[in-house]
Amino acid sequence: MSICISTYCSIRNNQIKLNGEALLTKGVEVPFNEFIKSAYDLNASPYLKFFKMDDLCKLAFITSEFLLKNRKLSEQYGAENVSLLFANTSSSLDTDINYYNTVKDFASPSLFVYTLPNIMLGEISIRNKFKGENAFFVFEHFQADFLCNYATQLIQEQKAKTVVIGWVELLNENYEAFLCLAEETPDGTELTNENLNKYYNG
Amino acid sequence: MSERIVITGLGIISAIGDNVQQNLASLRAKRSGIGQIKYLETIHKGNLPIAEVKHTDEELLQIAGLAEDTGYTRTALLGMIAAKEAFDNSGAKKGDGIRTALISATTVGGMGSTEKFYLDYINPEKTGDFVKYIDSHDCGDSAEKIADNLGIKDFITSINTACSSSANALMLGARLIKHGIVDRVVAGGVDGLTKFTINGFNTLMILDKEYCKPFDKNRTGLTLGEGSGFVVLESLEAAQKAGKQIYCELKGYANTCDAYHQTASSPEGTGAFLSMSSALALSGLKIEDIDYVNVHGTATQINDLSEGNAMMKFFGNNVPKFSSTKGYTGHTLGAAGGIEAVFSALSIHNNTIFPNLNFKDKMDEFDLVPVTDVLENAGVKNVLSNSFGFGGNNTSLIFSKA
Amino acid sequence: MDALIAKLKTQIIEQLNLEGVSPDDISPDDSLFGEGLGLDSIDALELIVLLEKNYGLKIENPADGKKIFATIRTIAEYITAHGKA
Repeated sequence: MSICISTYCSIRNNQIKLNGEALLTKGVEVPFNEFIKSAYDLNASPYLKFFKMDDLCKLAFITSEFLLKNRKLSEQYGAENVSLLFANTSSSLDTDINYYNTVKDFASPSLFVYTLPNIMLGEISIRNKFKGENAFFVFEHFQADFLCNYATQLIQEQKAKTVVIGWVELLNENYEAFLCLAEETPDGTELTNENLNKYYNG
Repeated sequence: MSERIVITGLGIISAIGDNVQQNLASLRAKRSGIGQIKYLETIHKGNLPIAEVKHTDEELLQIAGLAEDTGYTRTALLGMIAAKEAFDNSGAKKGDGIRTALISATTVGGMGSTEKFYLDYINPEKTGDFVKYIDSHDCGDSAEKIADNLGIKDFITSINTACSSSANALMLGARLIKHGIVDRVVAGGVDGLTKFTINGFNTLMILDKEYCKPFDKNRTGLTLGEGSGFVVLESLEAAQKAGKQIYCELKGYANTCDAYHQTASSPEGTGAFLSMSSALALSGLKIEDIDYVNVHGTATQINDLSEGNAMMKFFGNNVPKFSSTKGYTGHTLGAAGGIEAVFSALSIHNNTIFPNLNFKDKMDEFDLVPVTDVLENAGVKNVLSNSFGFGGNNTSLIFSKA
Repeated sequence: MDALIAKLKTQIIEQLNLEGVSPDDISPDDSLFGEGLGLDSIDALELIVLLEKNYGLKIENPADGKKIFATIRTIAEYITAHGKA
C-alpha cells in the first residue's frame, strides 16, 4: 500500500470545499468572523471552546472539523500515531497585532496565549485527542515538496500512521486554509509533490 | 541513508557568556546571568529580574564581526554570533561544497525592532535610517541573515513551536541528514528579549519577581532570558572520515502532543511522558542508561508539577540526577532547546553535571531533589533534554557519548 | 448583592466569550471551574483583568484567584468587601 492523500479540504474566498466539492459559499462581502461562525453552525457538532479561539485557530479548527468528520483517527491508529504538520507565512502576526492593541488598556491573557502559530495544532489535538508529533514551519509560500517529504518520512520512520498536512494562513481579512490527510490506504491519490500541489491549487 | 548523527560544533551566547568557553566557566562557577533590567527599554525596569545578554545591539554587531548595520535585529545578531561559533567550531568553511542546512528556530523574530520603530514606519512624514529594519519583523528574517552570513544555501527554514522550537530544529536536522537531503546541519534557535515577551508573560502572571526557583516548593514562576544556541550535526561516518572532534551523538528524539490545553501542560504530564518514552525507544538505550536529565524546569507551578509527574511515571523510583539550567540563563523560549543542547553536549564532553540554582525545598507532590552543586567526573554518558512548549508541544532529545 | 450578581453574570459571559450561555443558565452558587462552567486557567486570568477593569480591584497573587473565583457569589462578596463600586 502506498501513502495516499485520502481526503482534503480548503477554505478560501468564503467557500469551503471538501474533496473538491463546495459545502458552503458566502459572498465575498461577508466578514471573516461571520463566515466562520456560519461554517461552525453548519458543522453541527457543538464545541464551545471554538468561541474562545483566535481567528487563525478558528480557521484551522473548522477546516479540520470538515476534513476529519466521520473519522476517528485516534481510535483507528492510536493517539500517538496521528501527527500534525503545518506551515504558513504570517505566523501568528494577526493575533500579535490584536494582542498589542489591548496592551495600552488591559493586556488580554486569552489573546496572548494565541500569539504563537502552533497553538492551532494544540487546539486540533485537544479536540481530537491526537498525541503524535506536531511541527509548525514558517515558509514564504506553500512548499509541497517539503511537506510531502516530511509526511512521508514520518510514516516511513513509523513515527506516525497518519499525518494531517496543513497550510493555514491569516492576516487581517486575508485568509486561506488547506488541509489534507496522508495515510496508507488502497483508495486515495498517491502523496506526491504534484498531487499535493494539484489539490492545494484546486 | 546514514544512521548515526553526531554533534561536531557548538555555539552559544546567553546571559552567562558570549561563547562556549564563557558559558562553561559560568556554569562551573554557579554564576547566574539573571539580574535587573539594563538593556531593554521597558516600564518593568527595576522591578522584574531578567537574564539579558550583557551587550547593547551595537556591541553585538561588533562581536558578530559586521562592519555595518544593514537592518539586523537583536534576534538576528544573537543568532549570527552563536551559529558562527558552532560553524567555525566544527571546522566548516564557507563555501566548502558540503550540502548544508540552516534551521534557526525563533518565537519572537524581529519584534524588538518593530517595537522601536513601528510609529516611525507608519508615519508618512518620517524618513530615515530606521526603514532598513522594516523587513526584519518576520520569523524567517533572522534565519535568512544567519544563512547568508555562513554562505548556507541548500536548505533554510525557521520553526516556531513555542518553547520547544529549537529542540525541534535539532530533530528536523537529524532527519535531513538521515534521509540524505543534506550532509551537514547548523541547527538551533534564538530569541532576543522584547517588550512583547515581557508584557505577554507578565499578562499570564507567571513571572517570578525574584530569580526563578525550578522544582522548588515555593517557586512562583519563570524568569525570562535571551540568547542563542546552535549545534552542527553531521553523520558519524562523515565526521570520522574528516577526523572531526565529536562532542556527542544525537541518539534519540521525539515530539508528542499533550492534547490537554492550549498553554498549560496536563497535571499528569501525558505528553512529556510520551516524548521521553519515544525518544528512548529511538535511541535503543535502556531506561537505566540515562545518567542525567536536563529538565525543561521553567519554575512555573504547572510545568514543574507536570514534568515531575511525568518523570516519576517514566523512571519510577529511580529518577536519575536532574537539573534545570534556567536559573542561569532564564527561560530563553525559542532558544531554550538549542542552548540546553549545547549544555547537554558540554555535560557529556566534560563529564560534568551543572546544578539547578536557587533550589531550597522539595515540592510536596513528589520526592524529587535536583542536583544543586557542580558534579565533576559525574559519569555522564547519556543525557535526556526536555523542551515543552505552549500548544502542548513536547520534545525530548537524547545525547550520548560517541 | 442580587444586582451585583446579575451584572457580574453578564460581564463574565462577555469577557470570557461564553457563546450560547445566558445569565439564567448560571446559578450564583455553581462552581465556575472544573465541573460547573468548565473555565480554565486562562479564564481565571481574564477574571482578574475583569475585576481590575470594572471594579478597580487588583489581585496580586493569581493563586488567591482560586478562592475568590469559586462561584459568582464569592466574586460578588469579594467585590462588596474590597471594592469601591
